Amino acid sequence: MSQFVRFTIDGTECMAAKGQYIVEAAKENGVYIPTLCNFPGVKPKGGCRICTIRVNGRLMTACTTPVAEDMSIENEVKDIRELRKSIVELLMVEGNHFCPACEKSGQCELQALAYRFQIMAPRFPYQFPVRKIDASHPKIMKDQNRCIQCKRCIRAIKDEKGRNIFAYRKRSSSVEVVVDVKLGKQLTDELAQKAMDVCPVGSILVKEKGFVIPIGERKYDNMPIGSDIENMQVSKI
Amino acid sequence: MSKPIIATTSLAGCFGCHMSILDIDDRILELFELVEFNKSPIDDIKKFTKKCDIGLIEGGCCNSENVHVLKDFREHCKILISLGECAIMGGLPAMRNGIPIRECLEEAYLNSPTVVANDERIIPNDPELPMILDKVFPCHEVVKIDYFLPGCPPRADLIWEALVALISGDEMNLPYEIVKFD
Repeated sequence: MSQFVRFTIDGTECMAAKGQYIVEAAKENGVYIPTLCNFPGVKPKGGCRICTIRVNGRLMTACTTPVAEDMSIENEVKDIRELRKSIVELLMVEGNHFCPACEKSGQCELQALAYRFQIMAPRFPYQFPVRKIDASHPKIMKDQNRCIQCKRCIRAIKDEKGRNIFAYRKRSSSVEVVVDVKLGKQLTDELAQKAMDVCPVGSILVKEKGFVIPIGERKYDNMPIGSDIENMQVSKI
Repeated sequence: MSKPIIATTSLAGCFGCHMSILDIDDRILELFELVEFNKSPIDDIKKFTKKCDIGLIEGGCCNSENVHVLKDFREHCKILISLGECAIMGGLPAMRNGIPIRECLEEAYLNSPTVVANDERIIPNDPELPMILDKVFPCHEVVKIDYFLPGCPPRADLIWEALVALISGDEMNLPYEIVKFD
């Protein structure tokens, strides 16, 4: 039988299985910790730092830190909210995020986080980097303008032999996520759709279809990201 | 007390944001009770005739005339508001920011399949024409902007709530559904 631990989030008593990552543990207790590079069922990376929390006075990423007995976690506090907001703003100016022209608009997690943090305009100057769109693959397009390098596609999309279909190319500030030329050609419709769904932004798009869900009915049109977790019925200890 | 005065303009925009102002429906009658309009396409006043309280800017800056108009607005308005994605981040016109300006002009005037009557292969360069800028700039990178109303276009309710809050001095009512980037 798994062991349970008790901890607090913003002063509220919580309980979860020992060894669970804090993001998951918080979710089970009805507390939403914003994430971006994290994806359920995929090994966490701790790359985007959106899930930063303060554990016993120290900043940590909730997606990579296992929960432990007596942890005192700060989540919805002013400075951490400010920090998360800054990360979203930096991501929005770093790439070319033209929401009105993006097929993923309304379903985009980066955009949804900006809505949640009520960002009316980023405080940082727009970079307008020159980046390419790779439309050479038969089933998908890879738009580097929108990629935030979260590695979700690299970590989650594998072929039947377990080989990665997406990979990093180059290094440091010029790093980009690309599609494996050979494996990309063998991509099934199912996997192509999964890749698009795994992408938190509109960087991976399935070709020959678009704007399937009308405006007003998209995922984040009416409810903020995380509200499903916050509105969940939690059985109290 | 005299009514607050509003001015509006469309720079590198599509007039969609102005259409969204009209989309407040019959509240426009209430708006005309609350405020007075000065330079604006809505009443067709071409030049500022007095100092204004609120300036609504649609569109970013893509040429020298846009910059001139924007600076004129900053001079004449106490509060400037960037209205819509183009004013905030350049919007669709800014999608040319990654393409060299010569390439853009050659595509538009020389090489495009729709070019049929340009035998002399002229790219318009009359001194009377506003000079096109190398990039499309968000308004707040040219002058100080006080408030931002995102959306493509900003929802009519967002524009209404913002104007009412500014005029009345009350805190703005911001339901989740009215702040969108598309």
